[in-house]
Amino acid sequence: MPLPTPQSSVRVVTMKVDGLDLSAREDETIIEVCRENQIPIPSLCYLDGLSILGGCRLCLVELEGQSRLFAACSTRVAEGMRVVTNSERLQHYRRTIVELLFAERNHVCSVCVSNGHCELQNLAQGCGVNHVRMPYRYPHYEVDSSHEMFRVDHTRCVLCSRCVRVCDEIEGAHTWDIMGRGSDCQVITDLARPWGDSSTCTSCGKCVQVCPTGALVKQGTSAGEMVKDQSFLPILARRRHQR
Amino acid sequence: MNVDDLEELADKHREEYAAVKTEIRVCTAASCQSSGALPVLEALTTGCDASDHAGCCVKQVGCMGLCSAGPLVAIAAKDAPLDQAQIYRDVAATDAPEILTSAKTGTPMERLHCPTEMPFFARQQRIVLENSGIVDPNSFKGYVALGGYHAMVHALTEMTPAEVIAEVTTSGLRGRGGGGYPTGLKWSTVAKMPATQKYVICNADEGDPGAFMDRAILESDPHRVLEGMAMAAYAIGANKGFVYIRAEYPLAVERLKTAIRKAKRAGFIGHHICETEFNFDIEIRLGAGAFVCGEETALMASIEGGRGQPRPRPPYPAESGLWGHPTLINNVETYANIAPIVREGGDWFAGIGTERSKGTKVFALAGAICNTGLIEVPMGTPLRDIIEAIGGGIPGGKAFKAVQTGGPSGGCIPEAHLDIPVDYDSLKTLGTIMGSGGMIVMDETSSMVEVARFFMEFCMSESCGKCIPCRAGTAQMHGLLDRIVKGEAGRQDLALLEELCEVVQATSLCGLGQTAPNPVLSTLRYFRAEYEQRLLEQAA
Repeated sequence: MPLPTPQSSVRVVTMKVDGLDLSAREDETIIEVCRENQIPIPSLCYLDGLSILGGCRLCLVELEGQSRLFAACSTRVAEGMRVVTNSERLQHYRRTIVELLFAERNHVCSVCVSNGHCELQNLAQGCGVNHVRMPYRYPHYEVDSSHEMFRVDHTRCVLCSRCVRVCDEIEGAHTWDIMGRGSDCQVITDLARPWGDSSTCTSCGKCVQVCPTGALVKQGTSAGEMVKDQSFLPILARRRHQR
Repeated sequence: MNVDDLEELADKHREEYAAVKTEIRVCTAASCQSSGALPVLEALTTGCDASDHAGCCVKQVGCMGLCSAGPLVAIAAKDAPLDQAQIYRDVAATDAPEILTSAKTGTPMERLHCPTEMPFFARQQRIVLENSGIVDPNSFKGYVALGGYHAMVHALTEMTPAEVIAEVTTSGLRGRGGGGYPTGLKWSTVAKMPATQKYVICNADEGDPGAFMDRAILESDPHRVLEGMAMAAYAIGANKGFVYIRAEYPLAVERLKTAIRKAKRAGFIGHHICETEFNFDIEIRLGAGAFVCGEETALMASIEGGRGQPRPRPPYPAESGLWGHPTLINNVETYANIAPIVREGGDWFAGIGTERSKGTKVFALAGAICNTGLIEVPMGTPLRDIIEAIGGGIPGGKAFKAVQTGGPSGGCIPEAHLDIPVDYDSLKTLGTIMGSGGMIVMDETSSMVEVARFFMEFCMSESCGKCIPCRAGTAQMHGLLDRIVKGEAGRQDLALLEELCEVVQATSLCGLGQTAPNPVLSTLRYFRAEYEQRLLEQAA
């Protein structure tokens, strides 16, 4: 869901992030300003170039004077805003959220093709998750290898919906979607048909590149071999937007 | 159409039924239908022949409230209120001849008598439900004859939109869906938005376990909701409305459809309503029954044809709602309050209830209580009155243990706090909410840990899956509660459960996730010992 289009005459505001004085355009979100200024904010569903989802809740920040937390990806900056990105409370919440993700499906890094290049793995290391306190739920999902170039392994999926959005918003194919509710949610191609049978998939591979984990990968990759490249996305997104 | 035309229409209806002195009203709302009201209606209709029962007519009506005693039949003078009627309970089709004789002779029948002096009827104050159980929900003229659409015609022809909003603001009405946001403020916010296209939405996606207020209102008095919506649309400058109702309410949908069709035919919905410049059209949107679709942003996504998932707010619907246009969303009961407010004035409404919660509230009493059903009481009525007097207490001589209010977003109130007045703010101090008005009463045999597990299972299976804390957190919490119930959990599991409550509450995207831990937190607050009892003894 994109935020409403900003007004044409955009003003500049000043704000404080973690004590640093920063200036920002009024139509920017907190996460954009932080990324510009090399202030690390973890996120899984947010990706520059895609619409904002607000689902992973890892980019939650504290705003001074407000008791509730705000997602940095979906909150616009404002004059005089004071943002805290890394309090102890936030660190604790982020750790727990990453733990919840690990326990939800089957993220065994050592045998994963994305081992070493995985955003979830990096997040866990960054948040200091060295073990998971909750019982693993080990749901059963089939691997779909029907596509000649790519493969989808649902047990690695974190349901960030990057594949759904990139396919819809950048490629324009809308092959991907999500079905089900709650923990039973699953990404699907077309109407839950095998990916290889998809009549809408253009085999462009954008979904594979934006996937943060080893859920969408190239066929024929072995443990640790799957390296992804997302640099195309902001460039493509801006060019499309300019037209 | 102006007020005089409306009066003419009402007179016509009265003339048509001039011969009728006594009404035999059969409740045909969903709960009475499920206990066999339709055969009763049929038996009474066929038995009531004109020659033998002059002055009597059989009429189907909406909910009379006492659902546990259904099917209910009332014998009353024409258009008389419920408490002046002779009510018969647990009626079977075979009782029809006896009821007809009693209606003819005027002598009450003792066998099925349900006294209207009992507190269940006597202690209520019916504003939202004033027509419920009196008017035939499928009869447009019947509604007009009882004063229906007068408020709307008055508002449209004699009031400016600002005056309508002012009246609603004066009334102090707060959103009855559970949030309690001031209705007048919401209306004026949307009214002030500069836009050519605006929408009104009626949220009839009632999904809390144990709640059936909105369903009963729509089944009993659908025109009143349409009337409220039309006045809202006039006040904020909208020309299109949607009723988002779950497909699991087929009878409510059917009656609403009939009501819309008849209101359209009479020119109360459509173009140039009451010969003014005001145009307003209403469409029904059926929801597939997802609890999260009661959340306003998810509801709008569903109306737009997308996946029913919430999105971060702001922007609020008042600014950017359906298809990016300013949108007003209110609950069924909120709209049902508008006609009396406009008719009697905001000050009259503000005189009822407590200082910060005005008016009345409809509650659905369910669970371990003698009189289950629908009640309407002024805000501030003590909870003990509702449960012991109106609800008739706990059946089977058992002791009261707790009452759960507010559905999956609410919490449990123990015996010690039963004397609190029921309003938005005092319930919050007890760690629960009024919600849309569901009340589930539990007796001493209920296990509070199992209650918490039940609500967590509900939240888990109703989570839309968009945000991680709600999707994965509720699943983990349910797993932990399950282990505690089965006696397989240790102290560290309880600690983890409490920690997850905090994380899910603080980090979830929408209200469903943010409030999902409430049933656990409130049972832990008042019944912690029950949790501890079930924990495994730690090895030394």
